[in-house]
Amino acid sequence: MIGVRKILIREEYCMGCKLCEINCVAAQVGTENLIKIFRYVPELPEPKVIVEEHDYITFALQCRNCYDASCLKACMTGAMHRDPRTGAITVNEEKCVGCWMCVMVCPFGVVKRNVKKKKVASKCDLCAERGSPACVEGCPNEALVLIEVRE
Amino acid sequence: MAKGKIPPEFLVERDDYKCVRCLACVRLCSYGANYYDENAKRVYTENRKCVGCHFCEAMCPTEAITVMRNPFEIKPLAHWTSEHLIDIMKQAETGGVLLTSMGNDRPYFSYFDRIVLNASQVTNPSIDPLREPMEVRTYLGRKQMKLDLEEDEEGRVLLKTEIAPQLKLEVPVMFSAMSYGSISLNAMLSLAEAAKTVGTYFNTGEGGLPKELKRYGSNMIVQVASGRFGVNVDYLNAGSAVEIKIGQGAKPGIGGHLPGEKVTEAISETRMIPVGTDALSPAPHHDIYSIEDLRQLIYAIKEATRYEKPVGVKIAAVHNVAPIAAGMVRAGADYIVIDGIRGGTGAAPKVTRDHVGIPIEFAVAVVDQRLREEGIRHMASVVVAGGIRNSADVIKAIALGADAVYIGTAALVALGCHLCQRCYLGKCNWGIATQDPKLTKRLNPEIGARRLVNLLRAWEHEIKEILGGMGINAIESLRGNRDMLRGVGLHEYELKLLGIKPAGEAW
Repeated sequence: MIGVRKILIREEYCMGCKLCEINCVAAQVGTENLIKIFRYVPELPEPKVIVEEHDYITFALQCRNCYDASCLKACMTGAMHRDPRTGAITVNEEKCVGCWMCVMVCPFGVVKRNVKKKKVASKCDLCAERGSPACVEGCPNEALVLIEVRE
Repeated sequence: MAKGKIPPEFLVERDDYKCVRCLACVRLCSYGANYYDENAKRVYTENRKCVGCHFCEAMCPTEAITVMRNPFEIKPLAHWTSEHLIDIMKQAETGGVLLTSMGNDRPYFSYFDRIVLNASQVTNPSIDPLREPMEVRTYLGRKQMKLDLEEDEEGRVLLKTEIAPQLKLEVPVMFSAMSYGSISLNAMLSLAEAAKTVGTYFNTGEGGLPKELKRYGSNMIVQVASGRFGVNVDYLNAGSAVEIKIGQGAKPGIGGHLPGEKVTEAISETRMIPVGTDALSPAPHHDIYSIEDLRQLIYAIKEATRYEKPVGVKIAAVHNVAPIAAGMVRAGADYIVIDGIRGGTGAAPKVTRDHVGIPIEFAVAVVDQRLREEGIRHMASVVVAGGIRNSADVIKAIALGADAVYIGTAALVALGCHLCQRCYLGKCNWGIATQDPKLTKRLNPEIGARRLVNLLRAWEHEIKEILGGMGINAIESLRGNRDMLRGVGLHEYELKLLGIKPAGEAW
């Protein structure tokens, strides 16, 4: 069996700085220079990781890449698919018709809509192009760690 | 009269071009100094609230923030400095004792900085620690004057003398007493894990033993202080040694005070006091009014621990430190701890911290000298604490007569502390000196332990390197070896007290 990479959320160390969100946006734009992004990119993409907060409980949540993923089953065009290389669930924007069933079925609420393009907008792909996830790399307290799970 | 405003101590400068409005600084400051203005769409700082812990500066992803000292000077007067004036203003306003934390920050003369070390040249070879074995292992505890040996029928040599219980240190550096309450559980877990990995000891402080730390018993010293918080027979037996705290370098002669805000449910459980009440340690132990009383307590603890654990006594370095130390050793202490004037604290009156006690360099030199003169140096190990900053300080302390050192501030700095001296507020942004669950989770004990282990390993390498340079291959040979030290720019009487020669004088 292939090892599946997963982001382990460690709520007990998350301090709620939301730097993961910032780093996620930067990774999507494709540059490390945050100042440049903030100053010169007209429309910033939505972060694919969201910090959930309640009192002192905070944690960063992104796609869990479920074994038995509802979004895969709900997708009628096959746009939502599992990347055989990384094991991460990825969306093929060309195939996506914007029915948003995946948004409806996701038990974690981590699939986001792109209202303008009428597509699935935000779906964490574990930074497939980048190598290692930007949110994990940038977390100052190691509250997000990349682990490999053998199925 | 018109009441003057106390000027802010720090200025938080924010480069607006670099600020990306991530608002991490706003979210993270526990003092609420940073805020975001929706209308102006800018982040501002209320400088007055900033304590100078540099947390926002460290977390800012674009390095837009610089925390700097307010250059404000009422008038550049040598005697009446701004600090003195501001202290007077604060007291005129409140009528209270000024509280502070961490170690003494007065510019007292540092004798460590005026002592230089020796190295081998020509007449004796230096040693390369990477090629040859170098011993830095240290045993703390009572040593025997002589060893009696006997031979059995088969001619094997057996040790007849019973060896007193010892603490085995792989590095002659331990983590000093910081209680659960003054520091967070995550900070304690970092210290404990690091002590276990390196093979040294951490100290529970006077706040009792949280159950999460029980498994670190083999690397733990439990402390018994005047408040006796959480002390019972299980507690005494939980660690590898018991330490009776008489005094602390930061506040000799006064007790402890843990403000009620820091006494949470968990703290109340380990300290055995109600939630939200101030934890007050009396100034003296009310059962110790003489050396004889100290002997009674030492032996009561030895009985309770079945003579299996060394019992130490910790005092602050005061004028009469040498005779007191000799008394402690004769009272039965297996190791003694001398905490100098620069020793740290979680909360102390500023006047006590800054003006009471003597520098540790003198204290260790005179204690070692006195114990040798009385012929009782072997009866107890000497541990030095208070302002040890680097491996050179460790080496100098050991050469002046210490067996090992305690580090507190240095360990906290490795955990993130920036010495803002606000531990007593319990709002530590770095998650160290706080019990607020929102803040304590900022200190990941895995990272903390890793950093502490790195620090101790780095010091170990440096100590070995220096020892090798001196042509010594064991830390034992350095202990009290004051020939390896020379004083630079010290007066004759200072050199005499330190027991060292001036630089330039040969053996």
